[in-house]
Amino acid sequence: MSVTQVVLAAAHPAREIHLYKEMLKIRETELQLARAYRDGHVMGACHTYVGQEAVAVGVCSHLQVEDAVFSTHRGHGHALAKGVAATEVAAELFGRATGCSGGRGGSMHLFSPEVGMMGTTGIVGPNILQAVGAGYAFQLNGEDRVAVAFFGDGAVNNGAFHEGLNLASIWDLPVVFVCENNLYATEVPFAYAAGNPEVAMRAEGYGCPGRAVDGNDVMEVDTVAEEAVARARRGDGPTLLECKTYRTRAHAEGMPEVGYRTQEEVDSWKARDPIALLRSHLMGTERVAADEISAWEDEARSEAVAAIEFAKASPWPDPRTVFDFVDASDSAEAARRS
Amino acid sequence: MNASSRTLTFTEAAREGLAEEMERDASIFVVGEGIGERGGNFNTTLGLFDRFGPSRIRDTPITERGFVGMCTGAAMAGARPVVDFMFLDFILDAFGELINQVAKIQYMSSGRLRMPMVLRGCIGVGGSAATHHSGNYYPFFLHQPGFKVVVPSTPRDAKGLLKTAIRSDDPVLFLEHKLLLATRGEVPSESYLEPLGRARVRRTGRHATVVAVGVMTSKAIAAADSLAESGHDIEVIDLVSIAPLDTATILESVAKTGRLLIADEDYQPCGVGAEISARVCADGFDLLDAPVARLNGAYVPIPYSPPLEQAVVPSQDAVVQALRDLLAE
Ligand SMILES: Cc1ncc(C[n+]2csc(CCOP(=O)(O)OP(=O)(O)O)c2C)c(N)n1
Ligand SMILES: [Mg+2]
Repeated sequence: MSVTQVVLAAAHPAREIHLYKEMLKIRETELQLARAYRDGHVMGACHTYVGQEAVAVGVCSHLQVEDAVFSTHRGHGHALAKGVAATEVAAELFGRATGCSGGRGGSMHLFSPEVGMMGTTGIVGPNILQAVGAGYAFQLNGEDRVAVAFFGDGAVNNGAFHEGLNLASIWDLPVVFVCENNLYATEVPFAYAAGNPEVAMRAEGYGCPGRAVDGNDVMEVDTVAEEAVARARRGDGPTLLECKTYRTRAHAEGMPEVGYRTQEEVDSWKARDPIALLRSHLMGTERVAADEISAWEDEARSEAVAAIEFAKASPWPDPRTVFDFVDASDSAEAARRS
Repeated sequence: MNASSRTLTFTEAAREGLAEEMERDASIFVVGEGIGERGGNFNTTLGLFDRFGPSRIRDTPITERGFVGMCTGAAMAGARPVVDFMFLDFILDAFGELINQVAKIQYMSSGRLRMPMVLRGCIGVGGSAATHHSGNYYPFFLHQPGFKVVVPSTPRDAKGLLKTAIRSDDPVLFLEHKLLLATRGEVPSESYLEPLGRARVRRTGRHATVVAVGVMTSKAIAAADSLAESGHDIEVIDLVSIAPLDTATILESVAKTGRLLIADEDYQPCGVGAEISARVCADGFDLLDAPVARLNGAYVPIPYSPPLEQAVVPSQDAVVQALRDLLAE
């Protein structure tokens, strides 16, 4: 490290750098996973988080290990931001025994309760209710833990959103509802699907605060999330955050990127890429050197590559374990029942 | 009745079991509509609101999917929810949560998350409750891996099984037939548990076996008593547990009698009797002296008017007739 870099490093805003590195980790891992999908290593459906990294990172930076996250089909970013190792996420998508769900889940079923990643779901909606329930358990047990539900714009027209927000609100549960409004549910524009496309305004109908933010500006997400998490932890109840963002890849790998949306629209959002936005802020206002930033990028890339290598080298699950964990009794009993 | 037992109704016994468990473990809470100060439509929580307060005896809005999904998350995060559906028919609004989430989370998390949840509700035909308040629905939960289901027929089992269900780390459906709620029976004074997954032989016999589900048990016993007058010796098994099925107890009985009738108020196609029959045929074909017989409720939505309602449930006479037919095979 050069003398200039050391001087600049001392002035670095630690928080922004942390957020930047977290976003990089997600981006690089996703790009590697997308490549692995193309190469046939990742099976089933693979929904990447590319373009939305600021949301998971801005929110999860305020969470403790004990706090609980409940996420969706587009959940790799949430898992990584909550502290699941990239190796475990990659291995899960490769269907390996070392994956965070032991190969039982794949892309849409990531579980790592040890770090508060309580699961992602292949069904749109239920995770909203489960976050409400975790909030209920925390309140009942007198713990100052917080539950967070991440979900898309597609989920807000589902009954789970309505029932969940209402319950959290009437009982002042410690929950943060994070809607990632990326303008499309699969290929259906939100403007078509919603009578009122302003999600944050719906909070009023349930008697809780709602905030709309630029979901590509990680510092903005960070600020409102701090407030929402603190409010929940204080016992003052839930908040609805609407993070306006965009996924710049297809709904799922292998699907079209445009057609239902224009290339110009995609490009305009790429120009507001959350990582690029923070990079130019760091280089401009904070005067972080470009070569320092590229060193972080190289590091993130080689960690993502290492995660893929780990997954590739990992063993497949043993078919004899297929009956394990169906229920809390032992696997022999489960096998007998089948 | 001996000194260490008393007579309680089914509902009183279950409520006593619930209260004992709530006293023992502060992470247990109940949700449902009208279960707070009102004490529940079926008195399932009568008096418990005053004892345990609003966060443990939690009145909910009419939001079945919402509170089942909520209890799923609560069970994942260190609480032990008891969902009181009032009528089990209302569980259908929460079916996606049950099948896709509750039943699968232990498996998908490799057992790192548990699902200690009790789902209780009133089932069955009776009292002109009509088609939206008379369902049985239990075969759905036998079909899906991940659930346990009990259908007690006595106050003693109601209390002992509800306590065990609450202590279980698996989702357990505890189903209460509306015609059994006010029935009385002996309940031990001292604390006890009854095991999940076990059928009970209520009456021993040598000529034929009746496996009865829930409310059919008393009809099967009465039918067996009346057939005893004509020299027929009928064994009656109260199934009690629908998931898992206690195939061993049934096979043991069939080994003795060679004849099997399954009496179930619920529908026949893909029902509990179909599964029992298939298992007995697979594992005990050589034990059978006659084809397995099934007696079920009529395969129609449940009607309201008393003569129509009576026409859909298997009567005691129908059990007698089904047994005569089976013995004649
Ligand atoms: C209940 C349910 N219906 C339909 C689907 C199929 N599906 C998977 S993702 C998706 C779109 C979800 O859109 P959104 O919630 O906005 O999330 P995004 O994909 O944009 O992140 C749909 C319809 C599903 N998984 N679950
Ligand atoms: Mg969307």
